[in-house]
Amino acid sequence: MIELGMQSSIKLINEDGLRIDGRKPNELRPIRIEAGILNRADGSAYIEWGGNKVLVAVYGPREAFPKHTQNPSRAVINARYNMAAFSVDERKRPGPDRRAVEISKVIGEALESAIFTEQFPRTSIDVYIEVLQADAGTRIAGLTAASVALVDAGIPMRDMVVGCAAGKIDGHVVLDLNKEEDNYGEADLPMAIIPRTQEIVLLQMDGHLTRDELKVAMDMSKKASLYISNLQRQALLAKYREGEEKEAEKNE
Amino acid sequence: MNKLDSERRIVLPGEEIDLNGMKQGNGIYHENGKYYAYQMGVVQTYNNYVNIIPLSGKYYPVRNDRVIAKVIDIAPSFWIMDIRGPYPGFLHINDTPWKSFDQDLSKILGVGDTVFAKVNEITESRQIWLSIKDAGLRKLEGGHIIMVQPTKVSRIIGKGGSMVNTIKELTGVKIQLGQNGVVWLDGQADKILVVRKVLRYIEKEAHTSGLTDRVRKMLEESR
Amino acid sequence: MSKSSDEIVYGLKREYLEKISQQGNRIDGRKFDEIRKFTVTTNFVPRAEGSAEVRLGDTRVLVGVKIEQGEPFPDTPNSGILTTNAELLPMASPTFESGPPNEDSIELARVVDRGIRESKMIDLDKLVIEEGKTVWVVFVDIHVLDYGGNLIDASALGAVAALMSSKVPASKIGQADYPLPVSHVPITVTFAKIGSSLFADPCLEEEEVASARLSVTTDENENIVAMQKGLGGSVTEEEVFSAIDTSIRLGKDIRQRLMGK
Repeated sequence: MIELGMQSSIKLINEDGLRIDGRKPNELRPIRIEAGILNRADGSAYIEWGGNKVLVAVYGPREAFPKHTQNPSRAVINARYNMAAFSVDERKRPGPDRRAVEISKVIGEALESAIFTEQFPRTSIDVYIEVLQADAGTRIAGLTAASVALVDAGIPMRDMVVGCAAGKIDGHVVLDLNKEEDNYGEADLPMAIIPRTQEIVLLQMDGHLTRDELKVAMDMSKKASLYISNLQRQALLAKYREGEEKEAEKNE
Repeated sequence: MNKLDSERRIVLPGEEIDLNGMKQGNGIYHENGKYYAYQMGVVQTYNNYVNIIPLSGKYYPVRNDRVIAKVIDIAPSFWIMDIRGPYPGFLHINDTPWKSFDQDLSKILGVGDTVFAKVNEITESRQIWLSIKDAGLRKLEGGHIIMVQPTKVSRIIGKGGSMVNTIKELTGVKIQLGQNGVVWLDGQADKILVVRKVLRYIEKEAHTSGLTDRVRKMLEESR
Repeated sequence: MSKSSDEIVYGLKREYLEKISQQGNRIDGRKFDEIRKFTVTTNFVPRAEGSAEVRLGDTRVLVGVKIEQGEPFPDTPNSGILTTNAELLPMASPTFESGPPNEDSIELARVVDRGIRESKMIDLDKLVIEEGKTVWVVFVDIHVLDYGGNLIDASALGAVAALMSSKVPASKIGQADYPLPVSHVPITVTFAKIGSSLFADPCLEEEEVASARLSVTTDENENIVAMQKGLGGSVTEEEVFSAIDTSIRLGKDIRQRLMGK
């Protein structure tokens, strides 16, 4: 997030309470999720969230190599978040930068809390998150799709991790920042939960929020996450519904 | 035709499962007195157990499973095998009908060779020991290998073998199925092509009903 | 299992493919010069200057084009720049590892680049903003998403489709955006040699057992603009010319389909 304190020429939220893309403060951008779209990977999912396009693939559990990375009592979760060179306005040089390494870590840790890793000692579960087009909120979009990919791969999980970012623009707490809001706003709060128990498994904040604003932001995020959790489930069920609908059509 | 009767309810991880007095089976975990699914699958009751039959996932070996394994490495007294699961399999020379006098196991089975074996023993540290001592178990020669999803193998076999026997009957192709999703086919090249197409079809439609009849129709049309 | 076990081919599968190749038969029933079903979707990444997603059989490749201002090379002050990069993403295959480009991804990028550059598909002289100071730099980034055989043809097709639908973002320098000027359309056709048969557009199973690989890139005037022989086996002169003829013929059809979009 770029702190452009003096840039007051951009009004992110108008007198009617509408944002520059026409959304209300607690309105989500359009989200579309598809499960099982890759052939080779053990599990996969694709998500479009606003202008974000993120593809996730899961391999595993598989024997972890090199051997020193193995954990004798459980599976190791390796998340790798990567942005395609063409995913951002200014071409990004291929390869992980420090930001990608940090994001990979927090995503991996979020997923780990939901996976029954003790069932697979000495293995690794590799989660590859590829951002094809970025529009703010890529780590949350990636994490949301990663949960779907993990279920698609048959990995045993307590629940499907899901998230939504919230933030503050022009003094207002809002849900799901877009690119401009992330660049010129005052706070960004990516958060992910385990929907059934509401445990928080990913939490980052940068910017400036009062305690009350934070509470509002977190509540907004939690509510949105429950809605998105439903989209995750529908995406997985759709994969199996499709086959049945085709059969029903044939028999009519 | 029933689309999805309650018998075939698909659940997702985190969904609560009502055991109805029965016992906790596969795919279900226990937390704070309640039961939840940990995999995506179909809820099924069997022998007073509630199980979730997973719709996808790797092959997890169970004792006595028949698998088709590939040699990937050779040690002085055992071979290391790929059984398409998270862990490798091991085949010790003593669990085969062969004898090696010069410790050169590669003369018997080389890297890339294929065997039809049984899962003999799974140790606590997840070491999977195979055996080819039982009848029918052997090194596979000739033929072709294709992969199917391990979770679809029982659908390919069908009730009492009805599905796989139909395929064998109508194509003349010999078929050996491994629980681990590896399939060995032996027959005429054009018939093998038909079997490939049929297996892919079954994989895609595994969760639907009336599949055996549709497959039979497909096979009869391609004769 | 592990990366290395996925790379070891079932011996009897290799034997089977070689056996049926003796009658000119392929593992999926295709004819020797039959390419798999393919789709090309341009503008897959609207924010980039150009993009195309190619599905060729089970292979899926996404190519993105970014066009940015940059300094020309000192020895060619009157010329824009074309640079091609390929990523064999670990998601595409259990045999791909994360890390810096390895020899396979570098070869892939260079073969695709060669076809575009040598056919003069893009007139780099038309991409000068200020002679000797600023030119347009065309970045072609190949992102392999799903490896189902024949990455070269899928990537080359994606690159050509992406470039053909790219826009130079001249609005960034106070002018109007305009389509990237394209003068030729190179098409690559790759063959795998199994036994003594050459099969066009190898699927994954064929690539796993092929002894040699031959890629031929031709333009719309039947000129040969790039060739690459790969893998450790050998090819005969006859096979090379046979591949060229088939490549020209198939190239025509593929080019027509591409331009018809």
